[in-house]
Amino acid sequence: MDSSRNTIWSAMQSKGYNRRDFLQFCTMAAVIAGIEQSALGSVVEAFEKVERPPIVWLHFQECTCCSESFIRASHPIVADILLDAVSLNYTETLQAASGFQAEKCLQDTIKKYPGKYILMVEGAIPTADGGVYCMIGGRTAEQILQECAKDAGTIIAWGSCASNGCVQAAKPNPTGATPVHKLVSQPVINVPGCPPIADVMAAVVTHLLVHGRAPELDSLGRPREFYGRRVHDTCYRRPNYDAGLFVESFDDENARKGYCLYKMGCRGPITYNACSVVKWNEGTSYPIQSGHGCIGCSEEGFWDNGPFYQHLRSFPGFGIESTADTVGATLGLVTLAGAGVHAAVTNIRKQKLIAEIHAEDAESNHQKES
Amino acid sequence: MSATSLPNANSAPAGYQRVYVWELPVRIFHWINALCIVVLCATGYIVGAPMRMFYAAEAYQQYWFGTVRFLHFLAAFTFTFNLAFRFYWGFVGNEYCRWTRFIPLKRWQQKEIVEVLKADVLQTKLHGPISTGHNSLAATIYIGLFAACAVQIVTGFALYSSMSLGLLPRAFTHVVALFGSEFPIRFLHHLMMWFFLLFIIVHVYLSFYHDYIEGRGTVSSIIGGWKFEKRKHD
Repeated sequence: MDSSRNTIWSAMQSKGYNRRDFLQFCTMAAVIAGIEQSALGSVVEAFEKVERPPIVWLHFQECTCCSESFIRASHPIVADILLDAVSLNYTETLQAASGFQAEKCLQDTIKKYPGKYILMVEGAIPTADGGVYCMIGGRTAEQILQECAKDAGTIIAWGSCASNGCVQAAKPNPTGATPVHKLVSQPVINVPGCPPIADVMAAVVTHLLVHGRAPELDSLGRPREFYGRRVHDTCYRRPNYDAGLFVESFDDENARKGYCLYKMGCRGPITYNACSVVKWNEGTSYPIQSGHGCIGCSEEGFWDNGPFYQHLRSFPGFGIESTADTVGATLGLVTLAGAGVHAAVTNIRKQKLIAEIHAEDAESNHQKES
Repeated sequence: MSATSLPNANSAPAGYQRVYVWELPVRIFHWINALCIVVLCATGYIVGAPMRMFYAAEAYQQYWFGTVRFLHFLAAFTFTFNLAFRFYWGFVGNEYCRWTRFIPLKRWQQKEIVEVLKADVLQTKLHGPISTGHNSLAATIYIGLFAACAVQIVTGFALYSSMSLGLLPRAFTHVVALFGSEFPIRFLHHLMMWFFLLFIIVHVYLSFYHDYIEGRGTVSSIIGGWKFEKRKHD
């Protein structure tokens, strides 16, 4: 097993790559991690000297779309990262081992490399009813997570499930699905999205390999580099938003012209992701470019704030179609009507009130005089 | 002319004296606040539900939605600082605008709330004088209004924080982390707009109503500052 713990450079050598291949690899890694050319030397040095980190990739309540996304990253380097550069010691989806052998692999990694291995978690962790809704090898997801997280060097939460619960945590959340960062005490790198963009995942891993530490994170634990701006801010349809040109229905003239999808319920203005910059499928497109609004899949609670095709979420308790505007306008009319009735009643009683006031005033004047 | 012989005539009313209730800063605050709330509700509603437009002009030829949003942000900053000033004035202004007037901790304030509620809802006649400044019911409701303003300021700046490098909006960045995402913040911010619209209807109506039943210049007081109260007999 120790042969797999040497440096990236020696691992590549043993697989028959030459120095030129290695330097190309270093350059691409540097580009993905956003390192400028003058610092390339440090990347080369890191890959020559730093031992490649073992990885434990856990799968809990999820659909494996994060893994599917990851292996479709644009650059061939990603396959290299996953299969060559790092040492993927345990992952349910890709490992050859099964049963006791697989579990032994996990135990060995935890014991041999405490504080060094990278723990990647895909999926939410069910906590309701003692965690019975997701069990592997007779243990609950939470037990496995706690065991692996205790000595992990770095923890990455892949996708919305692990970062914020996603669909499992949607109301009423029957399994008590909980994101990783709420269960472990260490800092977690959240890479939300359903799934996250392959190139973003690759860049986060590359960043860890090159720098040996987590990228800069925002207040929700997401890498600022990719989640620092809204989809809206970098959207190519943004000028139409500022100009007030909106698609009114998916089959109208404005849709054909490619106007802003804001009124079609696009969540771009409240979704922090790199979709409109990095794009999907080797930079081919992203939802808005394909004519569909963003559904905000990398934001917490996006399932509970629907429908997807409505700007304003439905108002809880008043049916799917009713928004805060329907409820507010109704209340407004009721209030106006109330004031109208009140004014009418006041006017009917007016003579009596005026008489009363005058009598009172007269009485007090009389008292004063006497 | 004896008063008893002509009870309904325009006889001399009971002796009243002028009281300077709303100082100039309070009146200026009120009207800036009113203007801001109207602008914020109108522009905010348009931002949430922009009107339908079909015409030939292209995006580079216009910027109206951007302008509406700019007006919303401009009004929001004015609204916030104006409110901050009023908060301060509640400590240094005259007795009628002090914070102690707003919080109904005293027995007489609680009694007055019941009294005014009866006059407003059941249309009973007010017995005895009520406060010359805000009546206790109004003052208590204004506490709710201040809370609603605070909610709008916090949620508004939280939504604005990612678009700004300004020190004030950036201070609200962590509100988003508190809510988990901007979905609930946007929803709350939108919902609260309706509170303000309902408040405007009730506030304007009750000002007129009290102007009429109290007969001592409730409406004009927020322009000129004067109200009237009965002279005490001694």
